[in-house]
Amino acid sequence: MGDDMDIGGASSSAVEDFLKETSLYLAPDPEIMENHGLEPRTAYEDQCIAKANDPVRLEIVRERILAGVNESFEMLENMGAAPGAKWGDCVSAVYTASGDLSLASSGGVVIFCNLVQYPIKFINKYWAGDATVGIKEGDVFIVNDARYGQAHNTDQSMMMPVFHDGRIVAWAGATVHEGENGAIEPGGMPSLAEQIWDEGLKMSPFKVAENYKLRRDLVTFLQNSVREPKLQYADMKVKMYVCRRIETRIHEAIAEYGVEAVVAALRMNLEDTDAEVRRRLSEWPDGTTRHAWWTDGTLRENVQIKINLALTKKGDELTFDYRGSSPEFTNRSNNSLDITVKGMLAQLFLTFIWPDIPRNQGVLAPMKFVFDNPSVLKPAFGTPNAQSMMTVFTAWSAGQVCAMKFLYSNPKKYTRVLAPWFNMINTFLFGGLTQHGEMVGNVCADINGMGGGALADRDGEHGCAPIFATMSDIGEQEFIEEEMPFIQIVSKKMMRDNQGFGRQRGGMGYQMVLAMRDSPAFGFMLTAMGAKFPNIPGLFGGYGCPTYPLSRVSGVDVFDILVKDPGSFRYSIEELMNERPFKGAKYTTHPMTLGYTLAKRGELYMISQGTGGGFGDPLDRKPEDVIRDLDEDLISHDVAWRIYRVVYDRDTLHVDTEATEEAREAMRRERIAKSKPFDAFCEGWVKDKPSGKVPYYGSWDDRSMVHAGSPDALHPAGQVNPPVIMPHPLQVKIDRLEAELAAARKKA
Amino acid sequence: MKVFITSMLTIDLDSERWECASCGHDIGSARDNYKKGLLVREREPSEIHAPILDAKEYEFTFAPDPDWCRILEYCCPNCGHLAEVEYLPPGHPPAHDIELDIDALKAQWAKREPLEKPALGPDFVAPPHSH
Repeated sequence: MGDDMDIGGASSSAVEDFLKETSLYLAPDPEIMENHGLEPRTAYEDQCIAKANDPVRLEIVRERILAGVNESFEMLENMGAAPGAKWGDCVSAVYTASGDLSLASSGGVVIFCNLVQYPIKFINKYWAGDATVGIKEGDVFIVNDARYGQAHNTDQSMMMPVFHDGRIVAWAGATVHEGENGAIEPGGMPSLAEQIWDEGLKMSPFKVAENYKLRRDLVTFLQNSVREPKLQYADMKVKMYVCRRIETRIHEAIAEYGVEAVVAALRMNLEDTDAEVRRRLSEWPDGTTRHAWWTDGTLRENVQIKINLALTKKGDELTFDYRGSSPEFTNRSNNSLDITVKGMLAQLFLTFIWPDIPRNQGVLAPMKFVFDNPSVLKPAFGTPNAQSMMTVFTAWSAGQVCAMKFLYSNPKKYTRVLAPWFNMINTFLFGGLTQHGEMVGNVCADINGMGGGALADRDGEHGCAPIFATMSDIGEQEFIEEEMPFIQIVSKKMMRDNQGFGRQRGGMGYQMVLAMRDSPAFGFMLTAMGAKFPNIPGLFGGYGCPTYPLSRVSGVDVFDILVKDPGSFRYSIEELMNERPFKGAKYTTHPMTLGYTLAKRGELYMISQGTGGGFGDPLDRKPEDVIRDLDEDLISHDVAWRIYRVVYDRDTLHVDTEATEEAREAMRRERIAKSKPFDAFCEGWVKDKPSGKVPYYGSWDDRSMVHAGSPDALHPAGQVNPPVIMPHPLQVKIDRLEAELAAARKKA
Repeated sequence: MKVFITSMLTIDLDSERWECASCGHDIGSARDNYKKGLLVREREPSEIHAPILDAKEYEFTFAPDPDWCRILEYCCPNCGHLAEVEYLPPGHPPAHDIELDIDALKAQWAKREPLEKPALGPDFVAPPHSH
């Protein structure tokens, strides 16, 4: 035994080399993927910092490089062919030679680049020394497989090493939400994916360009793998030249300030951010805040899925503990990788809490994360994750609520406390043949129209921005209609009463009423939650959003109606569905989980964007603000009275201040009269397990045990056996109908 | 010294008590769950988020499904102001959502000046018009 150990020890390097050279498959490396922190300083970084450590000079260098990155972002946004690029769903960034994200562009989606460090580290570790790959000046690598480091597979990133005197001194990266990726459904975010192989392209990091030229053999292969071959090629060129612009700007900075200053600036940017985040965390109170939330589906069926968070702050560290969240769904795409959760939470801090902090990876260095493994937030390698947003957005909102409960008491704030932002993809995905004969598959920019959360002293902004990109755009509808064969007959019109009520109300969401025309084969899909359980809460006595359905009017061609009887058309979902103006048409509602469905000319597909959460007690809302919302048709008379208790003249909207205060005081007294003390209430309210009326996934009162679909299917968290495998929804329907048929036959 | 923990709840560091920010009512020990000192009311979700579509005609109406969701309202027993609203599946235990280390809080605020009102944070300043 002792001899064996000696032999092993003496030859460990040879064994490692042998294993490395003979590995059959290079999966994502846990050593890389489990570490969201900073790489240790390299000897070269130490040398550079020893020579260039004047903070003022380093700041000048940092700003110089950031200007170059921002310039490259402008290129990306303006030249990118994907709809996502046009409205800001993209980002460019600079990484250290070790791969850490040091400088992200000021615009764009931070989460994207805060995941690209993983594939760069993979390239450094596996391809740099591999004789068949290697890393040379002018090489460019590409990745989209989220398991190697992307938010989801619909994004594609390209990465270029930046050399100086034969040494890699930095990496440049560019990411675009490309949309189409050859998945089982068009648009890149397939709800129908039951296996990872249904999710389309699975690009592990590989070299796609040499000497600054894309390899057309590989490009052609990729083009043949997706529904938008021209887009694939165009945006690969764009991303490569964006990286090249960053490379140029870094070389210019080196020429002006010296390579030591550039390397030191990139490294110190990370270390300084880490230090500043720790200082700011020290200002928060120590303790734990908790928040659980539930999503209401997998995109294939309605089930209740718990996301459970305990956020603990102690000293200068913060720990996100998501244990007790739902088990993974092994044949559904709504699972989120843990790296995606971390990347999204970086976005929370860099845009909603400390927007003045440099946008880099150092922000997460003082933070720890705990997940059940496997679970819906840390799925196994073979579990689909293409619709990670269905759980990661809820995980993000739980983080937002918990963070705000730490932040409010701080005397020093860097931005304002905010009620939850709306967080769901209430937009249409589309695919098929356009009026120009092009095959397309992508997503509408209305994804960016999420309502903003209310602030302590200000209402939230309507249709403002998505949680993952505060500086994005909802696009020009007319521009989209020039390219796509559908029209938004009602567009950007606020949905009345779709409001997060509060002393300050959430920013509201607008309606989208779509109809297809001018295509022989074109369809829509929806990939959103929240038709049964709302997506977000309010804050400190404010209410959350309502639930959101898909409404459809079929068996009608509204374009004919608009020609023959335009007066019969109604310009809101509420009127169209409640007044039913088209005789013979079929009016139906559905959850927001429409699988790709071919559309017929002139049939209506209707949804609403969501509202941000309200802040504070609605009875404290200024009556004049309620009247303003009423006057702008944002709320109905019913809401003005039932929620806000404002008394006014319905013709003049003149407020009766005294009667309003009396009505509000009466409502407060009613609250007291109809409420119970907490302990007495809990005696009647709290049950020891879920009701069983709804399939339930996740913990109940004990986060170490999770339910897997029913009250009695209870397993230790992370050890759900058998794993959750959902039946095919059509089979469920067939089984139910066959049972009904058998019962009917027996009765007959 | 009072610390503004939420817009409706303060902690008096001297007495170590939760208090209503609206009326000053004593809510309970700051080392305990503040919800224990409040009154709670269960609301059917459509009482707040009323159906926008005709509930007689449609399954999905913009109102949450009561089998999936209930709303708990927590108010001050003295003044009736809402301090918190919690959305839960029916029967789910309410969260102990704010549990602070009171000793650490006292040590932290021993070095700070008392605040007369909550600090809102920096105001938004619109950038100058550029075209």
